[in-house]
Amino acid sequence: MTSTLIERPLPEKRALTTKPRPSDVAFRSVLNVMSYSSLLILAAIGGFLAFRGFGAFKENGFGFITHAEWSSLVGDNGKEISSFGMGAMITGTLIISTIALVIGVPLSVLTALFLTFYAPERLKRALVTVVDLMASFPSILYGLWGFIVLAPMATYWAKLVFKYLGWIPFLSVPSPAFDRSPFLAGIVLSIMIIPIVTSVSREIFAQTPLERIQAAYALGATRWGMIRAVALPFGASGVVGGAMLGLGRALGETVAVYSVLNIVFKINWHVLYGFGGNIASMIVQKFGEASFTEKKALLAAGFVLFVMTLLVNMAANAVVQRAVKSGK
Amino acid sequence: MTTTTVAPRKPWKATKADLYPVFGALALAAILDYAVVAVTPMKGKLAYVLLFFIFGAGFQMALKWRALGRRAAVDSLAASVAIAGAVIAFTPVISLLLTTIVKGAKGIYPGFFYHDMSVANYQSPLNQGGVVQAIVGTLYLIILATAISLPLSILTALYLTEIRGKASGFIQFLVQAMSGIPSVVAGIFIYSALLLTTSLRGSTIMAALALAILMIPTVTRTAQEVLLLVPQDLREAGLALGATQWKTVATIVVPAARNGLITAVILGVARIAGETAPLLFTLGVSNKINWNPFSGGQSALPYYVWSGLGDGTELGIDRAWSGILVLLMLVLTLFVVARVFGTRKVKIK
Repeated sequence: MTSTLIERPLPEKRALTTKPRPSDVAFRSVLNVMSYSSLLILAAIGGFLAFRGFGAFKENGFGFITHAEWSSLVGDNGKEISSFGMGAMITGTLIISTIALVIGVPLSVLTALFLTFYAPERLKRALVTVVDLMASFPSILYGLWGFIVLAPMATYWAKLVFKYLGWIPFLSVPSPAFDRSPFLAGIVLSIMIIPIVTSVSREIFAQTPLERIQAAYALGATRWGMIRAVALPFGASGVVGGAMLGLGRALGETVAVYSVLNIVFKINWHVLYGFGGNIASMIVQKFGEASFTEKKALLAAGFVLFVMTLLVNMAANAVVQRAVKSGK
Repeated sequence: MTTTTVAPRKPWKATKADLYPVFGALALAAILDYAVVAVTPMKGKLAYVLLFFIFGAGFQMALKWRALGRRAAVDSLAASVAIAGAVIAFTPVISLLLTTIVKGAKGIYPGFFYHDMSVANYQSPLNQGGVVQAIVGTLYLIILATAISLPLSILTALYLTEIRGKASGFIQFLVQAMSGIPSVVAGIFIYSALLLTTSLRGSTIMAALALAILMIPTVTRTAQEVLLLVPQDLREAGLALGATQWKTVATIVVPAARNGLITAVILGVARIAGETAPLLFTLGVSNKINWNPFSGGQSALPYYVWSGLGDGTELGIDRAWSGILVLLMLVLTLFVVARVFGTRKVKIK
């Protein structure tokens, strides 16, 4: 029997496309547009502050960043003589944030290690909640508490530090005035950044591969040996990222620092000495009685703060993201 | 036939005999601590704490060294340091809560919740005046800031989880960058954009705008995490049944993530309820209830605390503590509610 193949033309290829329904077109375009709201807000913040502050940048040039003096006076001819420089405030902000990191990060890492590797399960769950709770305390609470409860203690600690370590240049003081110092502000900030640094570090330590931990124990490591050989190298980048997020928060903190710091427009390297600078608090302090020109200069200061925190945060997020990804 | 099961043994678990020397060493450390502080010129709480740590950790180390050798001693020291670090890190929380409750309770009386500050000032005796205007102001701020930020954040989160367009990475990056904006910057931004050169004055809506900027990233990020937890199968099932993407999202994804989205909003509210710095530039001032959110100054709990602190007198600071107690109760309530909603699993009706 022979079979005959009947030649038939191949059916035309059908294009498998779905025509999006109008509802989907509308839905997707609304989401597409709305998702750019964050870009719009960030651009508007940067744009408006730079625009309003432009005068101050132009008048003072590079000195706006480097000079320490901030004055606005009405001269004899009724004209305003002003000179705006943020040198003291920027260095002050950096000094206070550094103190906060030096105190806060080691405590956070120890807490994270304790929570991950030492604490019993029940205690751990309770304490993780407490860490989250700490992060949601209003900053004015830290300010009030720092001013009333911590300040007397910190003054006492500052005296002790000065007594025993006063020979170190930046721990010396020109005269015995220890109240409302950058040291106190740094301690308050360190308490405020502990929750964020702890939770980021804890998350990264919790991702330590179990087989590596077990391998370390199997080779006879003690718990500390395991932490040193496995957990710390694994979590190092996450800790750095967490510390940078903490730095971002410390740079921009306003009310708590304002409550405890004596703000003076003079660069102060003596961390125990009773005055310092801070951009955010300075804006709050000067705003109430500022003239129109000075207000614009304060907005320019706000722009500097905005750019500083934005850069630190972006870098921090990049580091944390990479740490979390490599952990998986 | 009866079956007997043998309880699993845990040979690594510390027995009572293991624990006696540990607590014994701690007790000895406490006694020695007390004695040394009494005899030597070192005084104060700091000396007690420091010496207790040195003696306690030292005795533990010695015990371990004798029983197990040098490496066990180092291990025990590391454990002591980790515990000490955690204790130091958590001490401020206890102090913060206790101080707030003890100092705040002094100024609380029933009228505190229904009187305003037009009948008193910060130096008045503590049984005059109250925070009703601040509570109303804070509620107004929460409602308005939520109304402004909620659509933006939920839609951004939906874009990041449902559309996953080309710009997703970029948008994600921007949202994270936004979460780092200092609160004072949000305040002066609204001031520079809307108040500096116009005839507008500080009012509830202005402050709510500033707070919304701070609220958006928190809500977006939490909402995104929650939406990612909705199983992909549900979306595919919706599409396979012929629903459009819009229908799928509106009738399946969002309802499935409802509890989580509520948590996201509550966390956002907790983030902004205690913000003070933006209010200083945008809220204006009011010592009685202002029902109109679009004109006239307003009060708020953080602002009440700020004014009390700024007043600087003993009575003013007492009032600030009472104000912060009320604010803290609000934040704690929000926190607990968020926990309750957050721990429920993604539920499918």
